[in-house]
Amino acid sequence: MNKAYIFVFGSTSTIALSIFLFVLVPRMQITEVNSESISAQTPYTDAELRGRHVYIENGCIYCHSQQVRDPVAGADKQFGWGRPSLPSDYIYDKPHLLGTMRTGPDLSNIGSRQPSRDWHHLHLYNPRSLVSWSIMPGFSFLYDISISKESPKEGAIRVPGAEDQWLVPHEEAEDLVSYLKSLKRDREPMKASEAIK
Amino acid sequence: MDVKLVFLILTFSISVLGMLAFVIALIQKQVLVPHQAAEAIFGNGELGTSELDAKSALSSHWQKLDQSARRPITFAIVVSVIWLVLGSIFGLLVSFKFHAPDFLGTQALLTFGKLRPLHLNIIAYGWLSPAALAVAMWLVPRLTKVPLQNTKILFAAGFLWNIGVILGCIGILFGYSDGLEWLEFWWPFKILLALAGAMVAIPLFHTVYLSKEKHLYVTLWYFIGALIWFPVLFIIANSHFLHSGVQQAIVNWWFAHNVLGLWVTPLGIGIVYYLIPKITGYPIASYQLSLFGFWGLALFYSQVGMHHLLGGPIPTWLGNLSVVMSVGMSIPVITTAINHHVSTYRHFHVLKDSVVLRFVVFGAMSYTVSSLQGSLHSLRTFNYITHFTHWTVSHAHLGLYGFTTMVLFGGIYFALPRLVGRNFKHPGLLNLHFWIAATGIIIYAVGLGIGGWLQGEELRNIHGSFETSVKLTIPYLIVRSVGGTLMLISHILMLYNVLSILRPEKVEVSK
Repeated sequence: MNKAYIFVFGSTSTIALSIFLFVLVPRMQITEVNSESISAQTPYTDAELRGRHVYIENGCIYCHSQQVRDPVAGADKQFGWGRPSLPSDYIYDKPHLLGTMRTGPDLSNIGSRQPSRDWHHLHLYNPRSLVSWSIMPGFSFLYDISISKESPKEGAIRVPGAEDQWLVPHEEAEDLVSYLKSLKRDREPMKASEAIK
Repeated sequence: MDVKLVFLILTFSISVLGMLAFVIALIQKQVLVPHQAAEAIFGNGELGTSELDAKSALSSHWQKLDQSARRPITFAIVVSVIWLVLGSIFGLLVSFKFHAPDFLGTQALLTFGKLRPLHLNIIAYGWLSPAALAVAMWLVPRLTKVPLQNTKILFAAGFLWNIGVILGCIGILFGYSDGLEWLEFWWPFKILLALAGAMVAIPLFHTVYLSKEKHLYVTLWYFIGALIWFPVLFIIANSHFLHSGVQQAIVNWWFAHNVLGLWVTPLGIGIVYYLIPKITGYPIASYQLSLFGFWGLALFYSQVGMHHLLGGPIPTWLGNLSVVMSVGMSIPVITTAINHHVSTYRHFHVLKDSVVLRFVVFGAMSYTVSSLQGSLHSLRTFNYITHFTHWTVSHAHLGLYGFTTMVLFGGIYFALPRLVGRNFKHPGLLNLHFWIAATGIIIYAVGLGIGGWLQGEELRNIHGSFETSVKLTIPYLIVRSVGGTLMLISHILMLYNVLSILRPEKVEVSK
């Protein structure tokens, strides 16, 4: 037998230390921090949760973050993305969708920044019809286009510049927009001690 | 008692006991190694001879060991190269979509957000992991002087792993995703990967156990470490019931960086530690330094992940810890660099004769560059610029392509002829593969790196605009597609090389 045991044992202990520091301690700390305040967030509705899954399924996270940095770190505030994020902003998030790319803008408070349902649908259908320089892919497969003088269906949106064209969102698109409109991480949480009073 | 508390005490005591055992081993001089141990990889009279030709007397001396697990390893190599081609096709499509957003955009299955995770997962779990394991397991008999044990288990693991990857990819396309970066595969499919990963450990540990070698060569340290680390990381990160919110983000990036640092990197470094001395014919420059390299990596690399979330809603101490550890990584990186580069520099002329060495040395150089780059941009000053930008993508490709993938190209081109007992018919095509791939990754990493940096400066500019940060990256994204195209061409060439050596030669002497 050789000295393999040194490497087996050593490797096991370094990974144990890492689990201790990065999995267990933060878990306890964040649970405690979250218990000290009442989140300004409300639980997602069923439609919003379904929309959240559409967001995951279509990989929005690969271009959009949902975390606002401290002013020292970047111009997040000047870009209108809201206050720096807090752990309590994410208590209903599972899986988390913090994201680490900003090919597109941060979406932490997109629901406050852009409350219009029609805007979201038109933008998702063809981003460049509203934002000429956008490089976001269109999600036309979540929509039907209907040609008629009158609205073909409740919730259909008249395509701007075309009198008889209507955008008919699939249910997935409706859910996605409900989710996007629910993202309002710009309200301050309340301290738990104050809430009791 | 509270389960959390039990785990807390358990992990803490294991790590303290580990340190203690390490100190004891140090006192008993179990840890320090004589420099002659570096010659363990050379057989009698082999020192000073380059191992270039698979048909030479030198290589045939190892033939029995080299072919002890011929079938499972050849299978893993071929399948992983097919994944590589597939993964790079998706990668290139994704790259095009950045500057041509409507390209293939009307199909739900071909949308950017599905192809992007498909590219990453195929490369990480279809190409890098099995290819690295194949080359590593091929080296194990050479290092232990024992034929590889449990080859049937290895074969089964290979099948299981690939079925997991296929199902995982189909899942991503049809909306079955865990939604976490680097962990997108739907969890039932990931059970297959975890199982297969653990199964690969069996032949490794069994073979090492049977070895009568007094000394374990440095390459094996890294393989042992990697095969302990990966299953642990993978299982903890995928225990979704334990994680949510910001805490899940922490575990997510703890995993995502560890899968590089404690899985792909040690397998890659281990292979470099074997191939450079073996092909030049001389042992590595300083065997003592390799100890620092290994233990430094084990300690520092396991704690660097939080630099992916600096400035975000994570505890400040945690971010700082990762910054310190990321800078600490420069210790093992520099020691490894000295060993790799000095050994190469002393026998530089061999690079002219060996394409394999060219791949491996390019990989070792990229490891040094990308690791030092990593230490640097984990510092808050740099990180605030590079975070959220294409710089990170450029860095990831320098590490996973410039380093690991190039080393694996070399490793596969070294192993395959010895597995099948034939040399490549067209060595010139290997050379062509090298130059196309090397040019591709350099264009990719430099171009996208510059674009990412400028993007980051704009995102920090309080008088700037998001619009500018998008527009200014476009030319660099096009440059990236050029680099990516070259890389894909080189992979198709490689697939041809691999398939052509598998075909038995037609002119065979009949009995």
